[in-house]
Amino acid sequence: MEILLALSISVMTAAGVFLTLRARTFPVVLGLTLLAYAVNLFLFSMGRLQIGLPSVIDPQQGGYTDPLPQALVLTAIVIAFGMTAFLIVLALKARAELGNDHVDGLHLAADEIDESAEKPKTRHSSNRKKFTKRDKRR
Amino acid sequence: MTHTPFLPLILPLIAGILILLAKPGGIKLQRTLAITATAILVAASLYVMQSALQNPPQIYALGNWKAPFGIVLVLDQLSAFMVLITSLLAAAALWFAIRQNTDTEGAHFHVLFQIQLFGINGAFLTGDLFNLFVFFEVLLLASYGLLLHGGGRLKTRAGLHYVAINLIGSTLFLFAVGALYGILGTLNMADLAQKIALLPASEQGVVATAGLMLFVVFGVKAAMFPLYLWLPQAYANTSAPVAALFAIMTKVGIYAILRVHGLLFGDAAGDLAGLHIDWLLWLGLLSMTFAAFGVIAAKNLRQQVAYLVLASVATLLVAIGINTEQALSAALFYLIHSTFIAGGLFLLADYIRQGRGHAEDAFVRAHSMPSAILIGSVFIFAALAISGMPPLSGFLGKFLILQSALDHPAFWWILGVVLTSSLLIIIALARSGSLLFYNILPQEENHAPDNAQQTSSGKINMQGCGSIIGLLSVGAILVLFAQPIYNVTDSIAQQLNQPQMYLQNVLQFTPVENAHKELVE
Repeated sequence: MEILLALSISVMTAAGVFLTLRARTFPVVLGLTLLAYAVNLFLFSMGRLQIGLPSVIDPQQGGYTDPLPQALVLTAIVIAFGMTAFLIVLALKARAELGNDHVDGLHLAADEIDESAEKPKTRHSSNRKKFTKRDKRR
Repeated sequence: MTHTPFLPLILPLIAGILILLAKPGGIKLQRTLAITATAILVAASLYVMQSALQNPPQIYALGNWKAPFGIVLVLDQLSAFMVLITSLLAAAALWFAIRQNTDTEGAHFHVLFQIQLFGINGAFLTGDLFNLFVFFEVLLLASYGLLLHGGGRLKTRAGLHYVAINLIGSTLFLFAVGALYGILGTLNMADLAQKIALLPASEQGVVATAGLMLFVVFGVKAAMFPLYLWLPQAYANTSAPVAALFAIMTKVGIYAILRVHGLLFGDAAGDLAGLHIDWLLWLGLLSMTFAAFGVIAAKNLRQQVAYLVLASVATLLVAIGINTEQALSAALFYLIHSTFIAGGLFLLADYIRQGRGHAEDAFVRAHSMPSAILIGSVFIFAALAISGMPPLSGFLGKFLILQSALDHPAFWWILGVVLTSSLLIIIALARSGSLLFYNILPQEENHAPDNAQQTSSGKINMQGCGSIIGLLSVGAILVLFAQPIYNVTDSIAQQLNQPQMYLQNVLQFTPVENAHKELVE
């Protein structure tokens, strides 16, 4: 059981790290979720692995499992759940506002290209404008 | 057991809920509630600070459970000090937000603001590592809301980075907490400190790993090199009062390093003592170098101020890395200065942005802004303060830090980097000041068509300038009352360097007699 658990934690962590480094928002969200799963399992295992023992001390039973990691995992799950929901909404908002789902949102949205063409702002934005125009031509 | 340590925690929480319920009453009612709550919080923080200075660390056991089993809040001088700074900064930011109508750009500004204070104060007061994680999440979630408040493309993009990096940070935090619990079987900081001191050599590796993982997490919060890349965009693109409030957020990371690493890996920790100190010093010096480069390379004023925040954080990291009581005291002195002045600069940058019309606060030629002389003078004052020029507080803070580094083996490195980066910052600020205030387009009636957008120089809404004056006057106050304030920071540093009192008070705390508890048993 130890090997199985260690393997699942490590595979999930590796996959999570890999996905978090991707360039689009959805894989990043997935990666963070996987990392959260991995850390939950990890926390759980830190109370040592026991089978079939209650977490509330019971004189009838031979022992008990550590209840604290379970409480920690519960808190961590709730927090990770809320954060993931928030991140998904934010990613959707970014997709809508930036016009693409790149983490860095390099391209300008369709309506901003016209706006920035009229308005010579900083050198930076004019460079970006050229970039998107070239993209359009393609 | 008095309820003093609980005050800075419960007040913003209740206020946040009340303001949420007051939504139907309209923005005026919400504003009144928010101002009242923040004023009460300032008063409470003053009281808490006074109480902390007179008493040894005070313990507040939530649920009346004994220390390693239940969660405790600990009020010592450092916590009270941080709470006081937070509430003063928050009052100024809130006043500015209300006068400038920033709070009407989206819903629930005041709720988020109070919950943000709840999270920050909680992080400062808790004595439990997992509880610290929870309060980090509270303050982060509120900060996501505040950062994105009002919406906009740039805010969204910066916000996405900010949220993602902090989620990664939270995951790492949990890994570290889990590893510590797995080895030591406790999460109470005082108990952890005691158990680390008695740890057999075979298990030190895991604890050291966990400790350095925590260091990375707090480094993300404090924006330490190389984990600072999220900060400039996030701070530069959010609204001014939020950016001003966020001047304390990086200090939460600093505080966490001081508290957790100072307690867990302090002098009593045996082989693991000072695990983080070398990292702190050298990463601090690197952060300072890169922050100074950032200040020079910044394309607009708000970004520049964000990099100045980075530079001040780096100075604090270096000062803590010197690791003497004197340096710690100097760091705390510098912390007051850097928090308030950076907050004031963010607010001032908003005036400048408003005044320059379409050029906003970018470093380009534009038409002169209204009341340029007044704003320019204030800018010079703030620039002198933050770059560390005499006679203002930045100079005094940096001087104290360098003075405490005299006996350090890496003194010449510290001196060189601090002075060089200060020089770079002075040059950059002089350049941005002259670009913003002197490099102006002539006032023409018939201008070229491609300049059409730039000519309409904006109007400055001077409401809420009390906040700026209040925040920036700290630069002078710190110098005028340097001795009494330095005495306070000295006493805080002294208490931090003698954690025995803290450990004793936490671990020997006896719960209050409670008749009901007997009944249940």
